[in-house]
Amino acid sequence: MADRLKDTWREQRMFFGRVVAAAICVVLLAGLVVGRLVDLQVLNFEHFSRLSQGNRVRLEPVPPVRGLLFDRNGHVIAENRPVYQLELVPEQVDDVDSTLQRLVALALVREEDLPRIHTQIRSQRAFEPTILRYRLTAEEAALFAVRRPGFPGVDIQARLAREYPGREIASHAVGYVGAVSEADLEEIDAANYAGTSQIGKLGIERQYEDLLHGTTGYRQVLVNAQGRVLQELERTDAVPGMNLYLTLDLELQAAAEAALAGRRGAVVALDPRNGQVLALASVPGYDPNLFSQGLTAAQYRGLQTDPDQPLFNRALRGQYPPGSTIKPILALAGLHYGAVTPADTVFCPGWYSLPGHSHRYRDWKRQGHGTIDMEDSVAQSCDVYYYRLAVALGIERMHEFLNWFGLGHRTGLDVPGEKAGIVPSPDWKASAFSRREDQVWFPGETVITGIGQGYMLATPLQLAQAAAILANRGQGFRPHLLMAVENPATGERDVLAPEPLPKVGVNPALFEEGVDAMVAVVNGPRGTARAIGADAPWTIAGKTGTAQVIGIAQGEEYDEEETAERHRPHALFIAFAPAAAPEIAVGVLVENGGSGSGAAAPVARQVLDAWLGGPAP
Amino acid sequence: MSVMGEQALRETRPLSVAGRLVAGLKLDGPLLAGLLVICGFGLVVLWSAGGQDASLLQRQGLRLGVGLGVMVMVAQVPPKFMRIWSPWAFALGVVLLGLVIVGGDVGKGAQRWLDLGVVRFQPSELMKLAVPMMAAWYLHDRPLPPRFRDMLVLGVLIVVPAVMIAVQPDLGTALLVASAGVLVVLLGGLRVRYIVALGALGAALAPVLWHYMHDYQRRRVLTFLNPESDPLGAGYHIIQSKIAIGSGGLFGKGWTNGTQAQLEFLPERSTDFIFAVLGEEFGLLGQGMLILAYLFVIGRGLFIAAEAQDTFTRLLAGSISLTFFVYVFVNMGMVTGLLPVVGVPLPLISYGGTSMVTLMVGFGILMSIHGHRKLLAG
Repeated sequence: MADRLKDTWREQRMFFGRVVAAAICVVLLAGLVVGRLVDLQVLNFEHFSRLSQGNRVRLEPVPPVRGLLFDRNGHVIAENRPVYQLELVPEQVDDVDSTLQRLVALALVREEDLPRIHTQIRSQRAFEPTILRYRLTAEEAALFAVRRPGFPGVDIQARLAREYPGREIASHAVGYVGAVSEADLEEIDAANYAGTSQIGKLGIERQYEDLLHGTTGYRQVLVNAQGRVLQELERTDAVPGMNLYLTLDLELQAAAEAALAGRRGAVVALDPRNGQVLALASVPGYDPNLFSQGLTAAQYRGLQTDPDQPLFNRALRGQYPPGSTIKPILALAGLHYGAVTPADTVFCPGWYSLPGHSHRYRDWKRQGHGTIDMEDSVAQSCDVYYYRLAVALGIERMHEFLNWFGLGHRTGLDVPGEKAGIVPSPDWKASAFSRREDQVWFPGETVITGIGQGYMLATPLQLAQAAAILANRGQGFRPHLLMAVENPATGERDVLAPEPLPKVGVNPALFEEGVDAMVAVVNGPRGTARAIGADAPWTIAGKTGTAQVIGIAQGEEYDEEETAERHRPHALFIAFAPAAAPEIAVGVLVENGGSGSGAAAPVARQVLDAWLGGPAP
Repeated sequence: MSVMGEQALRETRPLSVAGRLVAGLKLDGPLLAGLLVICGFGLVVLWSAGGQDASLLQRQGLRLGVGLGVMVMVAQVPPKFMRIWSPWAFALGVVLLGLVIVGGDVGKGAQRWLDLGVVRFQPSELMKLAVPMMAAWYLHDRPLPPRFRDMLVLGVLIVVPAVMIAVQPDLGTALLVASAGVLVVLLGGLRVRYIVALGALGAALAPVLWHYMHDYQRRRVLTFLNPESDPLGAGYHIIQSKIAIGSGGLFGKGWTNGTQAQLEFLPERSTDFIFAVLGEEFGLLGQGMLILAYLFVIGRGLFIAAEAQDTFTRLLAGSISLTFFVYVFVNMGMVTGLLPVVGVPLPLISYGGTSMVTLMVGFGILMSIHGHRKLLAG
């Protein structure tokens, strides 16, 4: 047994002491817990209350409905159509793989989409729908509808998608919407785009993004730990975007694009009385629906590498030597500055040389035009007349005068990306070139500026604007595509007022001389475009232009066979009608069209017919 | 000193029918009342925490009923028999632990279960009681405070089963079993200088060891403490648990109105983290009341220990009461973020039955100790 005897009484006292000590420990540790609870529940109550609130309440954006686009007559250009997409909710499907295989067998899901679908299913929460197909045709939707009982967890969902029912029509004016990119997010109020998946990328869709988008609404929802929405607590409705009425006339637009069909070119038609853009065509165009639906990499590559450059907006971004189309303006400059009178004549031997120089500047007509006055110089497009006039005016005055007619600077059209063109001058040359020897202005450069060649470049839009200013006898307007803004909720419409430009200060009588010369181009016995004036029920004033192609357009590389075609001169034409009180002014460009009279003038005629009504059959 | 029989005890005080039943079954009225209050509390909270699931509540009620029945049965066993059987229970436990290590069932990724054909049985649960019983048995006849040689023997008796449980691996239970044994030794009068020396040694070794561990090893140690969840998961648990408790405030959000619990932000809400549900829905007030109820039960247990008449019953009663507190404290400490997350349920409240029976056997022992006292007249 024990070496020492048990002392029961002492042991009991000692044990009692230990029990008391243990009880004190228990109370102290319990006090520690209570202290912790006070810390959490009393001192930090606000903090944890907020966290708890944040846990269960989520703010969800309610995306606004994008505003619609109409033409001037109320025809739809862009709308939001419900499209049917096929969705799968993984948690409601017993066997995802076999379900997908059966859908593939019905051709409702594409085999090549399966990897994407599997990735999406893995990355999402099980109750969130995965999109199997973005767009079902009506037949496919019906095909699925009758088999739906066999596919639990798979369903058809309608959503709003941007649609351009006219497809290629006006694509270069309207632009398109696409997925919001990182770059977009830097420019916009990200909060207002919280629920928006698409944003205007180009054209009107981009220019008026602010008006079209609307204001995102929000709803407060109760969610559980998995993020599933259980209940809506509060809702602030979205404010839908504004409906926009454009100045475009879809019929005229279609006529313009049809007139250019199969070729590369651009037509811009303006109402000279207010600057409204009636048609803005760049051919070939593209189907903006591809972009709003999200086009595949192959489709995009196809559009980008197409030698006809369907994505290139020739109307605003194509810069071409204006050629002879500027002759009426220079003739007017000659009258305005007193360099010539209408009756002054010039003998055209078919070439021109600067005094003291032997270099001959050739006329397009090798044998020359003979003795020619101002009106004939425009009607027959005599180059020698304008070589002499250019020298008489000097480059500075030409530069100034051409600027008044909208050349050499952006017209200010409400579509992003417009190019400015070039109206050269010694100052321009000094700043445009870096090498000192390139900065010198040579007299010969003044000479060729007289026929719109050399450094001079203009966009089809600028040509139309110049025609409009001529048509309206000096009073120009800033061209614009937006006609009216409609609030879809109230139906209220704000119509935009035209924005006049400073009037060109040229004597009205001189303007009539210029206009008469342009009328002679189309209606005169020797006018270069007399072919299109023959049966016109109204008087057309116009001017042809044929611009030499130096090098290859846009510096692209082409096939050997194509090269010859691509070296043909560009065809240009400006026109307005009726000449006495113009209602429409057009600028036409046909790339490598050969000649203005042959390729561009007939296009202009078709556009004028579409607007003013053609001859009675 | 003369010893009077139980008959005399009954005659000294007039008793009601219920009181007579309680006394006749060797039960302790205050302890029983305290336990019933806690269990009732538990069922109320579980109704809310379990998502108002009647069948869940039924199963828990059944478990509590079985537990109380076992408690009543254990209360009938005289402490003398318990003492005599202690070494055998301990030996059986060690053998079974050995069997588990050799060929136990794998459950939840750890070998803890022994398939007895009819029931699956966790020998470590047996050891929660067998170890303190063995330690108390060993000290019963020996002079207290224990001598150095006795301490060494006790050390072996405690460490061997603890290590056998730890290699299952179940470090949490191993520590609880060891602490039940250590509490016996502490109550047995382990000299203060040894306590200080042991504490100092542990405190000195731990940081040194920790310092020399790699990050992934430290994480592994934490995971080792709680095999069921990784550290990231544990972090999430603790954050949500603190939000639940903190947002409850003084009076709580109301029964079944706790958003953290009802919307499933709080993990393990009907088991290990049920204290957070109580805090969210009943606030500081509800939690304070539950803590008071626990303290009452522990206090009553310590009182029973103080009243006990021999060394074995004293040490065992004290150890059972204090071990109960250790469970309560570890769980509350974990749920409030004071302690790391280890899978210790809140006794009598958390849903689940594994440890419920062990707890009730413990309380049965306490009642037996109190009910079988021999009245000392003097």
